[in-house]
Amino acid sequence: MKFTIMINEGPYQHQSSDSALQFARAVLAQGHEIFRVFFYHDGVNNGTRLSVPPADDRLLQKEWSELSKKHDLDLVLCIAAAQRRGIMDASEAERQGLDANNIIEGFRISGLGQLIEGGIQSDRTIVFGD
Amino acid sequence: MAMLHIVNKSPFERVSFRSCLNHAKAGDSILMIEDAAVAAMDNTSFSDELKAAMADKSVYVLGGDYAARGLSEDRMIDGIKSVDYAGFVDLTVENETTQSWL
Amino acid sequence: MATKKFMFVNRKAPYGTVYALESLEVVLISAAFEQDVSLAFIDDGVYQITKGQNTDGIGQKNFSSTYKALGDYEIKKLYVEKESLEERGLTPDDLMDLVWEDEDDDWAEKPSIILVDRSEMTDVLADQEVILSF
Repeated sequence: MKFTIMINEGPYQHQSSDSALQFARAVLAQGHEIFRVFFYHDGVNNGTRLSVPPADDRLLQKEWSELSKKHDLDLVLCIAAAQRRGIMDASEAERQGLDANNIIEGFRISGLGQLIEGGIQSDRTIVFGD
Repeated sequence: MAMLHIVNKSPFERVSFRSCLNHAKAGDSILMIEDAAVAAMDNTSFSDELKAAMADKSVYVLGGDYAARGLSEDRMIDGIKSVDYAGFVDLTVENETTQSWL
Repeated sequence: MATKKFMFVNRKAPYGTVYALESLEVVLISAAFEQDVSLAFIDDGVYQITKGQNTDGIGQKNFSSTYKALGDYEIKKLYVEKESLEERGLTPDDLMDLVWEDEDDDWAEKPSIILVDRSEMTDVLADQEVILSF
């Protein structure tokens, strides 16, 4: 079965990214397919590579990034939400005239249409948020 | 069409759990995750409401979330099924749609 | 592309959090995909479409007029729950006049707000294929 997962909260502040990560791993372990993971609202903060939690804490952004690498997942940060919150890839930073970018490997930035397309193409759409 | 309702808020803090109960149909399933897991415990001011819903709906709790909040299985409402993430995935497969009561 | 029944569930008041505004942005984008789109306003979500919103005192943009544009995007099913209004001391008169123009009826303006009671709302939700909550 094909899944799209939507995540509406950033890491650490709320459990939703942890829950979604565990859920995504279980989906893949059962042989289902994840069509897309769409990060919206503060959820775009899951895509920064500049987080440095204490050594004994999990690094959620990296866990998503590694899961993406291992399973070739499509992790999409909403562009409008990302721009509001300062999450940039190289080309977007350049387009906006900013001096840095901070997206972590395995994520891409794209439009809200990607969420709707996910809902259309997937058998199940699951939302994690506050 | 059966629906899986996912609740993640404690009924003692927010109205979303009650809202979920008000909008779930007979034959639907309700899964408590995150802070909503606390509602799985018996003898609370909310347990009668949840038990009433269990007459025609299946109620599940994510066991990891329940345990993380220091609650033991023996104090859980009779008839609530504890599931792990694999069970969570199964519930989303068995039900045609999913609604998260954020 | 296939047509699915999409429901956007709004249960939060505007301005205190960004959910209402960013939900509306998704709704507008969904129009481009020619899906069967509905919106539900339950609990505090009904405050999103009250009339007379004035944000002068809070430094945020008043985005309530955007709901009036939904009809132009062929989004014309806005289900509002009666009990949610009543619990908050509101009546349908407190809501914005949201309409769409019916091409097949000489562009007559028709109401987009569909007032439903809780059990009707339950049926509407049960009839959906993709439910996005904010």
